[in-house]
Amino acid sequence: MIWIDGLTKTYAGGFRALNNVSLEINRGEIFALLGPNGAGKTTLINVVCGIVNATAGKVEVDGHDIVSDYRLTRAKIGLVPQEMPTESFETVWNTCQFSRGLFGKPASPDHLEKVLKSLSLWDRKDTISMELSGGMKRRVLIAKALAHEPEVLFLDEPTAGVDVELRQDMWNVVAALREEGVTVILTTHYIEEAEQLADRVGVINHGEIILVEEKEKLMRDLGKKQLVLNLPTPLAEVPPQLASYQLELSDDRLDLTYTYDTKRERTGITALLGELNAAGIHFTDLQTSQSSLEDIFVDLVNRGR
Amino acid sequence: MNVHAVKAIYRYEMARMFRTVVQSIVAPVLSTSLYFVIFGAAIGSRITEIDGVSYGSFIVPGLIMLSIMTESISNSSFAIYFPKFTGTIFELLSAPVSYGEVMLGYVGAAASKSVIIGTIILLTANFFVDIEIAHPLIMVAFLLLTCVSFCLFGFILGIWATGWEKLTIVPTLIIMPLTFLGGTFYSISMLPPIWQTISLFNPVVYLISGFRWSFYENADVSVALSLGITIGFLVTCVLVVRWIFKTGYRLRS
Repeated sequence: MIWIDGLTKTYAGGFRALNNVSLEINRGEIFALLGPNGAGKTTLINVVCGIVNATAGKVEVDGHDIVSDYRLTRAKIGLVPQEMPTESFETVWNTCQFSRGLFGKPASPDHLEKVLKSLSLWDRKDTISMELSGGMKRRVLIAKALAHEPEVLFLDEPTAGVDVELRQDMWNVVAALREEGVTVILTTHYIEEAEQLADRVGVINHGEIILVEEKEKLMRDLGKKQLVLNLPTPLAEVPPQLASYQLELSDDRLDLTYTYDTKRERTGITALLGELNAAGIHFTDLQTSQSSLEDIFVDLVNRGR
Repeated sequence: MNVHAVKAIYRYEMARMFRTVVQSIVAPVLSTSLYFVIFGAAIGSRITEIDGVSYGSFIVPGLIMLSIMTESISNSSFAIYFPKFTGTIFELLSAPVSYGEVMLGYVGAAASKSVIIGTIILLTANFFVDIEIAHPLIMVAFLLLTCVSFCLFGFILGIWATGWEKLTIVPTLIIMPLTFLGGTFYSISMLPPIWQTISLFNPVVYLISGFRWSFYENADVSVALSLGITIGFLVTCVLVVRWIFKTGYRLRS
């Protein structure tokens, strides 16, 4: 659906926000773009949407060039920006109607009603934006972006600073859009959000894409699993015969942690438990945990530093 | 052509005018009416006729021009500067609209407001002084051309401005003096020869002169030249707006 090739953006001050970025986003997928502040996420979105001019490179949306065929490409895109700019003196209904018209669509009260109801905004449709709370303003921005029935929706940190209820509403909206075949590109600081929603994940840092992967595969490939054993009494040190397991002893010496690779045929858990028993180390409880997308993201970004 | 976008912008801007009707319409009409009362009815009755026209009637075209020029600039510059200031301009920049459509929407709405104001002032002037319009069609043509070209100029100003001060500096320090010195209250033939020559470098002289001719068939400069200068100004503004949207000057980084 979106094809980006060799995209570079250098701002007037000389700052290179994007450096030879190439990326493909498939139709109907939910793509999470992760990256620390200043990584280039918003610049990338702004170039595709036509808000920022690229220095070099080419972008196509649904096979159309974003510069020469801007009418076709922009009509397909909806954008929820990171900031919350709203028309302070306009009612929710009017501002959404304005957005729909601006993107070339005739008035459709039924569609607007559906969008506003899905975002719990229907009973506020006649309220002017300046009287809305921050969370409500965020909902209005999402409603405006959906007003013209876009095929591609960019959500640039849409749930930053909003309450749990809106986040859940937003996730429901994204799930509904997926059902309708809308392509969603999501940037977020909430890795949980990407983990919950995304089909694929891209990581951008210093203006360069450092990884694009299926979320499940990413978590499978890069994810580590850990076994934590709770000991009844503090253990002075890990016995030398268990050195090959690279066990970690907690500071209070009451937990032993074993990190293993889920992809390996043998995880070594059975052998470890046998050797612990032979060494006279008993445990009262055990837990296993898997690295979250957040752990993987932090690890990837740190590697790039 | 994205007709829906043009309509959306136009309606949106007109709704803003009706929301702020006191500031948008009542205020300029009232302040211009005060000129009629003071310079037309009160002081004007003690001033001799100019080119066979009573002073009160003579200043009407100039005052209408003064009002529509300042209102055109103010309306259109605010219309585009405010979204820049609040950040809502992102929506316009990401929309499938050409510079022509943006211009039609914003400048069309601002020009409509100016025409409404000009018409109300003209009707109000009737209560204070006698007015004759010798060439109604040419009067309408001058009115429309002036409204559109100064709205375009204001639109450019709104894009250029990087702060509220810059937004007001051009109308206050350039347009207002040029209008006052452009023959609003006098015929430039009343000036000493050297000042007559200097006045010919003031473009507003041509606008007021042409507009006044459509009322009383009195002009300081040729009507064709007035019309030519007005159209030339309009075309220049259109080309500048086109360049702005093509390069993204002060709109796209």
